[in-house]
Amino acid sequence: MRELFVSLAALAAAVAGPALAQSVAITNARVLTAGPAGEIAHGLVLIDKGKITAVLDQTTVRLAFAPGTQVIDAQGGVVTPGFIAPNALLGAVEVRSLGDDVVANNPDIGAAFDVQYALNPASTLIPVARMAGITRAVVTPISAGGGGGGADFHADDGEELMTAGGGGGTKSAALFAGQAAVIHLGEATDILVKPKVGMVVPFGDGGANVAGGARGAEIVALQTAFRDVRDYIRNRAAYDRAGVRDLALSKTDLEALIPVVEGRMPIIAVVHKASDIRAVLKFAREEKIKVILSGAEEGWMAAREIAAAGVPVIVDPLSDRPETFQTLGASLENAGKLHAAGVTVILQGSGGAHRIRELRYNAGNAVSYGMPYQAALAAMTINPAKVFGLADQVGSLEPGKDADLVIWTADPFEPLSQPTAIFIRGQAQPLTSRQIELRDRYKDLSGPYPVAYPKP
Amino acid sequence: MRVLTTAVAVFAAAALSGCATTAATSIKPAAGDAAKARSLPKGLDSGRGEDAYASTYRPLPSRPTALVGATIFTGTGEKIDGGVVLIRDGKIEAVGAAIVPPASYDVIDAAGKFVTPGLIDAHSHLGVYPSPAVPAHSDGNELTDPNTAGVWAEHSVWPQDPGFNLARAGGVTTLLVLPGSGNLIGGRSVTLRNIPARTVQDMKFPNAPYGLKMACGENPKRVYGSRNRAPSTRMGNVAGYRSAWINAADYARKWDDYRAKADRGEKAEPPKRDLQLETLAGVLKGEILVENHCYRADEMVQMIGIANEFGYKITAFHHALEAYKIADILAKEDICVATWANWWGSKLEAWDAVEANAPMIHAAGGCAIIKSDDPDVIQRLNQEAAEALAAGRAAGYQITEGEAMKWITLNPAKAIGLEKETGSLEPGKRADVVLWDKNPFSIYAKAERVYLDGGLAYDRRDPRYQPKSDFELGQGAGR
Repeated sequence: MRELFVSLAALAAAVAGPALAQSVAITNARVLTAGPAGEIAHGLVLIDKGKITAVLDQTTVRLAFAPGTQVIDAQGGVVTPGFIAPNALLGAVEVRSLGDDVVANNPDIGAAFDVQYALNPASTLIPVARMAGITRAVVTPISAGGGGGGADFHADDGEELMTAGGGGGTKSAALFAGQAAVIHLGEATDILVKPKVGMVVPFGDGGANVAGGARGAEIVALQTAFRDVRDYIRNRAAYDRAGVRDLALSKTDLEALIPVVEGRMPIIAVVHKASDIRAVLKFAREEKIKVILSGAEEGWMAAREIAAAGVPVIVDPLSDRPETFQTLGASLENAGKLHAAGVTVILQGSGGAHRIRELRYNAGNAVSYGMPYQAALAAMTINPAKVFGLADQVGSLEPGKDADLVIWTADPFEPLSQPTAIFIRGQAQPLTSRQIELRDRYKDLSGPYPVAYPKP
Repeated sequence: MRVLTTAVAVFAAAALSGCATTAATSIKPAAGDAAKARSLPKGLDSGRGEDAYASTYRPLPSRPTALVGATIFTGTGEKIDGGVVLIRDGKIEAVGAAIVPPASYDVIDAAGKFVTPGLIDAHSHLGVYPSPAVPAHSDGNELTDPNTAGVWAEHSVWPQDPGFNLARAGGVTTLLVLPGSGNLIGGRSVTLRNIPARTVQDMKFPNAPYGLKMACGENPKRVYGSRNRAPSTRMGNVAGYRSAWINAADYARKWDDYRAKADRGEKAEPPKRDLQLETLAGVLKGEILVENHCYRADEMVQMIGIANEFGYKITAFHHALEAYKIADILAKEDICVATWANWWGSKLEAWDAVEANAPMIHAAGGCAIIKSDDPDVIQRLNQEAAEALAAGRAAGYQITEGEAMKWITLNPAKAIGLEKETGSLEPGKRADVVLWDKNPFSIYAKAERVYLDGGLAYDRRDPRYQPKSDFELGQGAGR
């Protein structure tokens, strides 16, 4: 066993300049790095100037901390990277029945619809999600009619606003639902991290709905749209002179699709049924575009084909009901089987807004039904980071990455575990939310003054 | 147009009523004493006829069984390490740490595992909003009048809903199926034993009391307000409830008068049976339990006011996300709260949720329940309870796992009027038992075996005890 004498200041100097007051050392932790180092049973993590500067095995080093370093004893708890939630609506919806900013109903702005301009950093949903260890999210437009069932008059009570993965409303009639953006969940006036990370496209029943009622019509409509985009790229000048035939899409939508046809922006294909998944894979192959499958309840039935195509999949591991005729094969073993086949799996929460905090429990359930623990962790950290082009910044605990991490009392997939500290970009976040303030206000009902008066 | 429709309806009802009376008379002539009132055909005699939709539930075959060595959550708040549960004749025979199973019993080695009562969901829509969720199946909300107290959920239940099997695999043995929440008064609930069945009668919990679904707030005012009719406001909602109870009390009095006269042998005309008023009268007489969908604290107190005005009792508030604000009042009124841990924000009345709602009710001495209202959550009630427990502990409440287990066992049994029959592992109760592979408050726990009335209803390791509904056969490629 190597004995190292490590000074935080020296390490920090190597990575990010001299140690300053915001240096943090987290000691005595079981560190789940989600990176090449895997799990470190007795580890420590060093943070400086918003970056991770070192992740070390505490049994192999002796430390001397530079003056001003904040030392946090994790007391044997678990440290993980912050979780990255895909198919999120955070910052774009507050109270569902009062409306949202994730569905556009404008014939000229489908593909061009861009959620980056709708983000509200003051949303009360953000601290609630953060308390569940979520530090980044991919805010994703909702496609039209993606659910396919559509007859649920019971959407009155606990039901969550559906996401790009699970379905959607029927407000939009566009082939393209719009462009996703990555946010961070830290306290800030600007939470946008990276816009234009994916183009949502509904397939299956949802795609059929926007194309006049049949799946075959939708694929043809998409082929037409992509051919028009390619014509437009070759002939922009003619378009501006009105010297071209009528194209299927508005100019703004044609522009928005250029990165897609050039393979620089993936489509997030909302698709559920095995036959529709195969149709998407074929379509993507023919069009030479990048694709991420979202939903994919019957993905396990086409797992080898998905793996062979190198296509990542966003799944809700709790989907196990024949909720529609598109999900007759839904299974709790879906995530585990996709992983076993070699597919890059990304896990999502039970909805994208208010219930997104259940992401960590969904991961636990995926483990219960066959997904290896480290794979489930990767599916909410490094996998989404890679798929959405963030892996140089976040997704694992490695020197040089942004210090997005959470200290947990124990296994973060367990409900009885709680976060004791949350860092985003090295900044400690408040462990509270509007819900917690409400809770504390009403804990004691016996005072002489109404609860609205601050307690002495 | 509306007048004409009403007239036709009245004419039709009168004709039907007369017809039935005539037919009955010809079969069963009146008794010799002409002064004495004729007995009515049972379908026209409010409350006197035998139940036309009576339970035909038959317990599964059971054998004397001993679950040995498990950690037992009794459902009464206790936890027993290394305990034994004896099942005999479909009942719990004994529960304890120092019990030696009789030789003839099937002995299940449960060392290292956990045993709980069968879970009870006090708020489900399985069967009335089944999977797949297509319009052809959507039978949970009779959105045609603010008061549909005359509809019964059991007349909508599709027993082939695959959700029943999934819920059983999650340990659910009994569930209250309610009509939806779009009306002020939605109709009667039905309590089901969670076994595969051809008919809903085969699932009906024998002699379970009926419940009445009422709904506060946004749903009824939105549904009817959008049609430009009452109620369109919360004050309209309250006027609707009060009118309904006034009519119900009047109806109950007419039948009481008729009965009194008939019993004295006086000539008396029976009132016309009215399904809506009959259900409401059943509430006023204390025979039907009120299950009240309500989110806001102030609104729950309004509903308590209405109950006091007309002399009925609210058994449980459902959803009740603001119950923590009036935990003291709800405890004093002995009204249960059936809620979630994590759900909120779908509408403004669901905005002030806190994860610790159930623990705060519990801490105030009230009856806290974790329920599903959802075909997915019903498969994981134990996880939802664990999330609530964690939130309670984070808030500083000292709550044991044994106590939290009551939220999904004995407390929902109380809220559906069946705490004497199920909901805890106590001698003499129905042997509704779940064997878990791990502590059910762990995310990794799975129900290994589920017993209903002592019969093995589900076994995770044995496909013979993993029933499929008719709908699931030959579909979904090996599902």
